[in-house]
Amino acid sequence: MFDLALLWETRELILQGLWNTVWICFLGCLVAVSLGLVLAALRLSSPRLFGYPVACYVELCRGTPLLVLLFLLYYGGPSIGLLLDAEIAGVTGIGLYGAGYFAEIYRGGFKSIPKGQLEAARMLGISPWHALTRIQIPQMLRLIVPPGTNQLIILVKESALISIISVDDLTKNATTIVNQTFNVIEPYLAVALLYWMIIELIARGGYALEKRLANRQPRHVVRQGESAHAHG
Amino acid sequence: MLEILLNHYPVLIKGLTTTLVVSLSAIALGLVFGMLLAFGLTSRYRWVRWPCGLYRSFWRGTPILLQLLLVYYLLPEIGIEVAPITAAILTLTLNTTAFQSEIFRSGIAHIPTGQIEAARMAGISAWQTRRRIVMPQVFRLTLPPLTNEIITILKNSSLISVIAVTELMRVSEQIASRTFQPLETYLAAAVLYLAVNLLLARISAHLERRMTGGLATE
Repeated sequence: MFDLALLWETRELILQGLWNTVWICFLGCLVAVSLGLVLAALRLSSPRLFGYPVACYVELCRGTPLLVLLFLLYYGGPSIGLLLDAEIAGVTGIGLYGAGYFAEIYRGGFKSIPKGQLEAARMLGISPWHALTRIQIPQMLRLIVPPGTNQLIILVKESALISIISVDDLTKNATTIVNQTFNVIEPYLAVALLYWMIIELIARGGYALEKRLANRQPRHVVRQGESAHAHG
Repeated sequence: MLEILLNHYPVLIKGLTTTLVVSLSAIALGLVFGMLLAFGLTSRYRWVRWPCGLYRSFWRGTPILLQLLLVYYLLPEIGIEVAPITAAILTLTLNTTAFQSEIFRSGIAHIPTGQIEAARMAGISAWQTRRRIVMPQVFRLTLPPLTNEIITILKNSSLISVIAVTELMRVSEQIASRTFQPLETYLAAAVLYLAVNLLLARISAHLERRMTGGLATE
């Protein structure tokens, strides 16, 4: 039934696909995470100037499919002199698309820190810089890790679309094997398992990070509703 | 871009209609199966919960493009010939069922257990409790995440163009290759997707405002 020998024979294609998926996703996610931070910082630092453009960018990412963006970059780019390799178009597409979502995640993290904390910090004479690095960022980090992990997982799954603009990623190479060997189940299931492994790794990583950030919380800081626990 | 929209609007609208039909059928079927799966996931019996969990794991944990290819190529292998559009609706349904079940599961978890206990006490059967008490509230509670899921499915439906369903993306590809204006064409497609999704978000926000009256509070 399930032909393992077939997978062994085609291992080179599968490994090549795995490598391409991994590095393209890694770079794409890196762009998404950093560009998203820049967008969120712009929006928060001067809402009047950047609020509207960033909000539009976010809506654009949420409202259009990644596939359209990839086609725009790869097929539409050349007509304005933008010649990208399929791989680079993939990284750019995933990065630009993910940045819109990450900008919202960062913003949500900052917004959910009660204003009273900052007012209290100012009252106590804590400088804005210290308030940012010691009060806002540590709490925000903890808040954004779960949705951030989720978003990375979504981006890895959406990265399968780069196979449509001819990148030899896991999905494309699986289809190549299907077409060469006329076996459907083995290549696709093997590749599905590999995606699932990557995703599981990210999920575990996010969970570990979440735990570490929670433990790093200073002892004397007592969050609302946790007082009984902290003193017990 | 405007030129493309003006010159090719009949085919573009046709493509958009197919996109909407496919996505909304999948969403509607997913509502039913997703709710059933959610009840399966919260079942008292382990032998029900376990397979439901496995199903959810697979369909949420693998790329939807891969799922589409698997369904599309696998069905003929086992002797079932289906049109590409059927395979597309089937895949999107199987996928969204898993995501919607998770949405409903968290919705069910938010309903105070006291209500269900009270229904039991009042002699209302388990099925009637689900249908009359749990489900109406779950729909209201889960409207925002449900809207996100509808938008996600609409966006994901663009990839069924790879199995030659002539929806919006496929139509755009055809126009792009005929007019040699890929940039303008795909921008037009982006605008159409964006317009539909923004409209959906608006409708959902409106519904949410209207339905918040009479919501169960803890």
